[in-house]
Amino acid sequence: MTPILVTKKVTKRFGGLVAVNGVDFEIPEKSIVSIIGPNGAGKTTFFNCITGFSHADEGEIIFEGTSIQRLRPDQITRLGISRTYQNIRLFADMTALENILVGEHAFLHSSWISAVLGLPGVIQEEKNALAEAQRLLNFVDLQGKGDMLARNLPYGAQRRLEIARALATKPKLLLLDEPSAGMNPRESEDLTDFIRHLRDELGITILLIEHHMRVVMGISEYVTVLDYGEKIAEGTPAEIQRNPRVIEAYLGRGAATEGMATAHERFANKKPSGGAEDVHVNS
Amino acid sequence: MRTSFNERLVDLAVNGFLWGFRILIVAVIVLGTFFTIRTGKYSSDQWIDFIVFGISQGSIYALIALGYTMVYGILRMINFAHGDIFMTGAFAAYFIATWLNGIGFIDANPFLGLLIPILFAMIVAAAIAMLVERLAYRPLRGAPRLVPLISAIGASFFLEYTFRGLFGPGKYAYPPIKALEGSWEILGTSILKVQVVVAVSAFIMMAILYFVVMYTKVGKAMRAVSENKDTAALMGIDVNRIIVNTFAIGAAMAGAAGVLFALVYRQVDFFMGFTPGVKAFTSAVLGGIGNIPGAMVGGIVLGIFESVGPSLFLEGLGITRAYQLKDAIAYTMLVMILLFRPSGILGERLSKQKA
Amino acid sequence: MKQENFLWTAVKFGLIGGAIAIFLCLIGMVEIFSKRDVIEGIITLGHFILVATAVSTGYIAARRAIESLDNNQPVYSLTAGLVAGLFTGLLLAFLVLFGNQVNLRAVFLNASPALYDLLTFGRGVSGVWLLPILGAGCGLLGAAFLLLPETARRPMMRGILFLFFMALFSGLFRVVLINQGDAWSTAAKYLFGQTGMTLPGALIFFFGIVALSFLLSSQGKNIQTRLNSLPKQGKLTLRILLLALIAYIALGLPLVSGPFIAQVIVIISLYILMGLGLNITLGFAGLLDLGFVAFYAIGAYTVGLLTSYGPFGLQHIPFWVAVPIAVLVAMMFGAFLGLPVLGVRGDYLAIATLGFGEIVRLLAGSDFLAPFFGGPRGIIGIQKPCLGTLGPFTTVDVPRVCNGIELGKPEHIYYVAVVSAIIIAFVAWRLRESRLGRAWMAIREDEDVAEALGINLVQTKLLAYILGAAFAGLGGAIFTVLVGSIFASSMQLLVSINVVALIIVGGMGSIPGVIVGAIALIGLPELLREVSEFRFLIYGTTLILMMLLKPEGLWPSQAAKRELHHADAENLTAEHMI
Repeated sequence: MTPILVTKKVTKRFGGLVAVNGVDFEIPEKSIVSIIGPNGAGKTTFFNCITGFSHADEGEIIFEGTSIQRLRPDQITRLGISRTYQNIRLFADMTALENILVGEHAFLHSSWISAVLGLPGVIQEEKNALAEAQRLLNFVDLQGKGDMLARNLPYGAQRRLEIARALATKPKLLLLDEPSAGMNPRESEDLTDFIRHLRDELGITILLIEHHMRVVMGISEYVTVLDYGEKIAEGTPAEIQRNPRVIEAYLGRGAATEGMATAHERFANKKPSGGAEDVHVNS
Repeated sequence: MRTSFNERLVDLAVNGFLWGFRILIVAVIVLGTFFTIRTGKYSSDQWIDFIVFGISQGSIYALIALGYTMVYGILRMINFAHGDIFMTGAFAAYFIATWLNGIGFIDANPFLGLLIPILFAMIVAAAIAMLVERLAYRPLRGAPRLVPLISAIGASFFLEYTFRGLFGPGKYAYPPIKALEGSWEILGTSILKVQVVVAVSAFIMMAILYFVVMYTKVGKAMRAVSENKDTAALMGIDVNRIIVNTFAIGAAMAGAAGVLFALVYRQVDFFMGFTPGVKAFTSAVLGGIGNIPGAMVGGIVLGIFESVGPSLFLEGLGITRAYQLKDAIAYTMLVMILLFRPSGILGERLSKQKA
Repeated sequence: MKQENFLWTAVKFGLIGGAIAIFLCLIGMVEIFSKRDVIEGIITLGHFILVATAVSTGYIAARRAIESLDNNQPVYSLTAGLVAGLFTGLLLAFLVLFGNQVNLRAVFLNASPALYDLLTFGRGVSGVWLLPILGAGCGLLGAAFLLLPETARRPMMRGILFLFFMALFSGLFRVVLINQGDAWSTAAKYLFGQTGMTLPGALIFFFGIVALSFLLSSQGKNIQTRLNSLPKQGKLTLRILLLALIAYIALGLPLVSGPFIAQVIVIISLYILMGLGLNITLGFAGLLDLGFVAFYAIGAYTVGLLTSYGPFGLQHIPFWVAVPIAVLVAMMFGAFLGLPVLGVRGDYLAIATLGFGEIVRLLAGSDFLAPFFGGPRGIIGIQKPCLGTLGPFTTVDVPRVCNGIELGKPEHIYYVAVVSAIIIAFVAWRLRESRLGRAWMAIREDEDVAEALGINLVQTKLLAYILGAAFAGLGGAIFTVLVGSIFASSMQLLVSINVVALIIVGGMGSIPGVIVGAIALIGLPELLREVSEFRFLIYGTTLILMMLLKPEGLWPSQAAKRELHHADAENLTAEHMI
């Protein structure tokens, strides 16, 4: 398959710290790819480089044949890349429906003058936009919650609303930053199904950062491992689980802080960075 | 391409405009300077006068700018009322100096006659700033950014018009210090005594402040709080107290600056804080806000530009009475810096934590 | 132990109250306000604010005592109120005694014998003992007020506020009513005196409001449900009737009010217009623009230059053609100034725009551009708008003849301003409901995320900025024909601050809020010379207090209300997470 996104030697520095160091990476079209790695490995920074939040100092990022590393976030979004955030960033004081409508912004064209005049075209467009927003709301299982303020939605619903908002920008590539954070096992299982559904039904390519190994290994077709900003391995989930460098990266860390036995056990349980909140998954 | 034509047009316009603006300013400076020097209207002595005046004026801006920069460093807040704190210092000094003058003290002890009003102004300004912080800023910590800024604007007006109410709208003449009249011969040029005294006092004050911030316990705590409030609190630093100290120290500097300003211009009124306040803010941004040496450098640079600018850049272009545009030069510098180098000359120490 | 504690708290509040009272005296407020009566022959406004200070001190001290003692026995709260009021009075007495010994006037302009006379009711130092007693009485009154049941407290509070309001505007009502004819005139003279309310008037209004408010609080639910049960058609009719009534009053007011008040109303309407404009920039998109006055100046100068028959007039075109041009020019400048500045982060934007405003003023007033803009002497001789055809331009300083109706009087300009304000309100409302409005709101909440959703930040912000500029330009244009001249010195930062203050008081993003804010902040100082002395002091205090107590304003928009009360909602989310 042809890759939808290719990065070549992408490097990002913050002062003396090299957050992302010469990462070569590709995502095949209509695949599900995960990036894993210990905390501070540069995963989110890498996301930020792709979406234009921060600009890579070196290297090139190519999306569908266009170089995008010099574009602004809004331009990149309009090309078809959308994202969610590790710590949910909804417009907390707008309703669920309004959140999604903001996502549709780039595809609405009515100018301010026609909006003021209330031309029929505008009214029709608003009607369609609202219908589309309603459809997305139903798609993420939030029917009937459209008029609630985003801040008042339960946590899981906020995560789904954020995905719906991202979908409203009609992405070809969707970047999910730790979508299962704070979810219980049943919820993260639902999430896995949902992500697969996105790819199969809507044909969206999906790139995710994940800590939950069960989710990662369950849905990813390919996995890339970052450590200290460098790519140390890539391959299918099975390959990654056997890769000695990956085990070492996780073990080395674990050994220093928590003792080798625990670390080994944790990796064997497919949970490299597991914090306290993940423990219940095993039990 | 999905990006619409419209949008590319706007992008083009933005860039074109920014470049046009840069080129225009550079052209004004270069051509203006060229023509002015060619006409030879001013002698080198006059230029030195301009520069000396700029340095003394700039050192006043620098003193005020310290308060802006320290408060911004700690709270990420533009203390809009800081210019009015400067004004309160000038008023305090005016009243005590008038009294001292009345009993003939200033003529007898010119040095103390200068020092006592300065100390008094520093105390009064610090007290008022602490009060303002307590009432108008502290309850708003952690609110969205516009909220404390608006409150600060309110505090600014409150102070201005309180002083107008208390002391009336007129201008008060600051009593003359006879020992400061006339000029000194320094390196073959004569320089007004007042300007030397003002600049020297300001530099002494800045040196003291720098020492306090770098080497004392309070100063270290201040720096720690400006790095990271939470961590500082965990280290056992009383963050609130440090913030109050910062306001007080900054205000004391501004109060002293008020006295120096009154010495130069010989008048005090309730609205005198506004323009120097904005200019001092410009200095702080110019030097890199949050950066203490930066504020000092920024103040001096602004002072010199403002003093030399009208004659050097504008008169050459045939602008009559260019001194009227002195303030416009300062404001233009403000806008330019905010546009092209918001991190300032010496770099903003806090740029990473951009909100 | 605890009792000592609560008494000490009461003393503290009393001292704070006293400090405030002395402050009010020394800034001259008491003396100037004493020229106006609240109730004729009984209490002047100056005394009223002192009494109000003492009463509130007593009230607050009493409430604090109840809280700290966890005990609402009247003895304690009444004592606390009494003590607090006593100390407030003592401090004022101290001011009088001290002022008689030392010449405070050398420093404080207002510490005059007249002030001491006012404080002691003309008795001089021998009357000083009155102050602590009165203070204690007021404090006791405040504490007693707390003892009243909630149902009685509220109506009385409303009654007092309304009384105060009516007293302030009694001059206005008197004039308006007297102009209505003989029957009205007698009633007016019965209710309103020359400088304040008459005693019967005060009693009627106070008890009227208390009764009404009492009725509403007991019957309010009932009326509400009955209103709700009205059929849709009925509700609509009711709303139209209400609007018609407001329109009738708004349009008729300047005709009956006489020239002075008409002038004030025009100024209010102009500020409403500009407030609605800045509301788009500040309220919707969250951009604090302190250089608003620059566009106001640009609008004013454009109209001035295009229509003036004075020496600086360029084209001598009619007002109606000049206004759209002025708006366009203001928008162009908005784009030019906005393009570079809008990349700057939020609080820097405020300062950068402030810089622009000052640059425009300095340039317009400079001798350098005097050949074009008149410099400090300004532009004079601005042609009044004419409904009909204008005669030809003859010579400098001779106005063109208007064949038709010349809109020269303030009330004429008022209608122009009202129509403009309605148009702007409509535009603002439509925009807020459109995709742009949503984008602005999103930017206000989280700029980065908005950008990542495909919103072009510069373009979207620029539009808000340009629209704000357009309406400021319109305001400037209308203001110019109202006063007939332009001076650069009137283009002060204070104009921008006026507009920002009224938006914040009314509630950011709220359209009715702007109207309320303009009436309160612009109308009061314009109508009452006494208040105008302290206009900016009141603004400053209001801005701080609004930020501290009610950041969403008097009449908030729904969104702002939600946004600024984060804490409770966050708790809600936390609960959901569990």
